[in-house]
Amino acid sequence: MSYWWLILGMAAITFLMRYSLFAWPNLRFPSVVRQGLHYVPTAVLTAIVVPGMLLPDGQHWQVSWDNAYLIAGIVAIGIAALSRDLLATIGGGLAVFFLLRWAMGQI
Amino acid sequence: MSRSRLYVRGLRDSVPMLVGVAPFGIIFGTLAGVGGLSLWQAVGMSLFVYAGSAQFIVVSLMGAGASAIVILLTTFIVNLRHVLYSATMQPQVQGLPQRWRLLLAFWLTDETFAVVQRYYLMHGRGPLAHWHWLGVTSALYACWVSSSLVGVLFGQAVPDMASWGLEFAMLATFIGIVVPLLRNQPQIAAALAAGAVALMTWSLPYKLGLMVAAFSGIAVGVLLERRQSPNVRDTSGKELHS
Repeated sequence: MSYWWLILGMAAITFLMRYSLFAWPNLRFPSVVRQGLHYVPTAVLTAIVVPGMLLPDGQHWQVSWDNAYLIAGIVAIGIAALSRDLLATIGGGLAVFFLLRWAMGQI
Repeated sequence: MSRSRLYVRGLRDSVPMLVGVAPFGIIFGTLAGVGGLSLWQAVGMSLFVYAGSAQFIVVSLMGAGASAIVILLTTFIVNLRHVLYSATMQPQVQGLPQRWRLLLAFWLTDETFAVVQRYYLMHGRGPLAHWHWLGVTSALYACWVSSSLVGVLFGQAVPDMASWGLEFAMLATFIGIVVPLLRNQPQIAAALAAGAVALMTWSLPYKLGLMVAAFSGIAVGVLLERRQSPNVRDTSGKELHS
């Protein structure tokens, strides 16, 4: 039962943050905040991706050739830079990732 | 374009994201069982919370026996970026009825934000553009909830699936979103700063490093932008990422 209360708490917190600015449609931010918003997706997603590649288990550095997260991540960055195509990036990245893990006997 | 055609176009524009969301939902479902959630609790979390990264991290916290306070605080910090998405999309929901704003807010995720923001940049804000948004976001929601269910069932049938590394799909998705945004020096500097600070602060508790890194990246981007064009004090939404 307590898990259900946690789920409802998470739902309330998440919804309130998403709804926060929609609740006041005429609220305007100062220009520095609006400029800052341009960098939010870049900064937040990069801050998730980079440790995800270099510390895949969240606890140990793995800067090595047998870290499939790192190698396939670099390949995905290359695909994204050349193609600018999301589907190609996900598909190509996943293909390289599982090929590497399979070749190195990790799955 | 009519409402239904915009809606269908939204469904279609969501397809690249579905490819990233589905494996992510499946791995969430498989890990939820490990964390001790029942099938309905796992699916319920996807239905009511609908926030992939937070759900993912919370399930691992539950498995480690974390307290309710830690779990709710983590949800808050990991999802704080949604305040900023909400602020970015605010001009697009101005003038929409309350029920639309409630619905679109509940469904405002990373993936929806990426697709819808790109759409508004390319096509502007038509009077019916929110039907496109609805198409994108309803497809992603249905995909997230159903793939979570599939994941729970898979996890029960194939117990070692949690070790396959399916979470790489999330990294590939985020890479595919971020790299095309890196079109000018401030954006590149913001990414480099956020990545570097994330590596310096990963060991901070409660995923605080994520927020420190994010705000460092934002600060570097804004500082560089202001230094490059000191006369331009304000950039409107139309010039986003140009």
